[in-house]
Amino acid sequence: MCIGMPCRVITRSGELGTVEYCGNSREINFALVPQAGNGEWVLVHAGLALQIIGEDEAEQLLALLEEFYAERD
Amino acid sequence: MLSGIELAQAQQLLASIQKKLPGQLAIMEVCGTHTTAISKYGLRPLLEPLRLLSGPGCPVCVTAAGDLDRMIALAGAGCIVATFGDLLRVPGSKTSLEQEQADGADVRIVYSPLDALKIAANNRQRPVVFLGVGFETTAPAMALAVKQAKERGLTNFYLYSCLKTVVPALHALLAAPHGLDGLLLPGHVSSVIGRQAQDFVASLYGMPAAVVGFGERDILLGIAAVVRMIEEGKPGVINAYPRVVREEGNLLAQKLLAETFNIAAAEWRGFGVIPASGYVLKPEFAGHDAALLFDLPHGAVPQEQEACRCGDVLRGAIIPTECALFAGRCLPLTPLGPCMVSSEGACAAYYRYDRKKGVAPA
Repeated sequence: MCIGMPCRVITRSGELGTVEYCGNSREINFALVPQAGNGEWVLVHAGLALQIIGEDEAEQLLALLEEFYAERD
Repeated sequence: MLSGIELAQAQQLLASIQKKLPGQLAIMEVCGTHTTAISKYGLRPLLEPLRLLSGPGCPVCVTAAGDLDRMIALAGAGCIVATFGDLLRVPGSKTSLEQEQADGADVRIVYSPLDALKIAANNRQRPVVFLGVGFETTAPAMALAVKQAKERGLTNFYLYSCLKTVVPALHALLAAPHGLDGLLLPGHVSSVIGRQAQDFVASLYGMPAAVVGFGERDILLGIAAVVRMIEEGKPGVINAYPRVVREEGNLLAQKLLAETFNIAAAEWRGFGVIPASGYVLKPEFAGHDAALLFDLPHGAVPQEQEACRCGDVLRGAIIPTECALFAGRCLPLTPLGPCMVSSEGACAAYYRYDRKKGVAPA
């Protein structure tokens, strides 16, 4: 809940857009990071993008989340 | 993963600084995800005698028992109740959302409050209540959902807000006797509120602190920075996560929160009522405020089940293994308190990762 999901922006359309997370795509809201462009990485919390992040950070967070979830499965 | 060389360097740095200090240091990781990460990486035994203590940064865990009972009551009142999965198994004083669901209540797990809005649009004849638990990371999505509900005339969408703001909890923690020497501050909450909003930790309370990320190296370097500030007697609040956290945070998110919520006193497990620490909907959104519109139980509810010591864990007064129920009567499958349920809960993290590594009580 307190860790964002790193997602790559696929398309933008106004406040909405589609992102990819671990091979799945979903629609999220970009009202709070309107400058995020296609191909960029964003931190998403509860369906809302809150921060643009670099690819290195995204990859580190993805690896971390993968480890967390692997432990729980 | 850290390379062996990096880890050895970090250990060496910490060992060299610790040698100069009198007594045992205690540093609190405020954020629940840091608690899980630290346990996952096995850092607690590695860094002994430094004590790493959990704090009030797991939103589900700090939700008061009375609020849990009111959310469970909503599920039993014929509403469609939507929430995040973490809340499902947290025990209230008599039952849980999971139990209510098993008994036929319409409880739906969603990824976003915006998904709950879709449920409301598809079920216009039924009340849909989103159970809002979280801090500044999830509160903006709930603010947006309520604003959209109002704009779209979705009069059957409601928010029950247990949303909390982190800064007043830090004040409550540091203003009381605590025995802490330093803090690790939340990474992604800080991306919303900004580093500078937490300067008071050092300027008002003389407490060294670092905003840190979630990788092993991030956490170790953050700890090293805090230990160095302790050793030099120069407390500050440093940003050890500049890849993500800015001085001022996300101003648009802060504006959205200010437009949607007022700040009011809120009850926290382990702390009691903390003034000006909860988000409540502004009067213009009263038509979507479940706390105002539903008849909910308001009697006093004990904070803990029996001997559960989640409250002490959330204040850093004890570590989970010091609770008599831990790994005995309180287990992940039969939790007696929220810290054993939530994915960010300290007891769940210690049970999963630290139990067999011999992390010792003080």
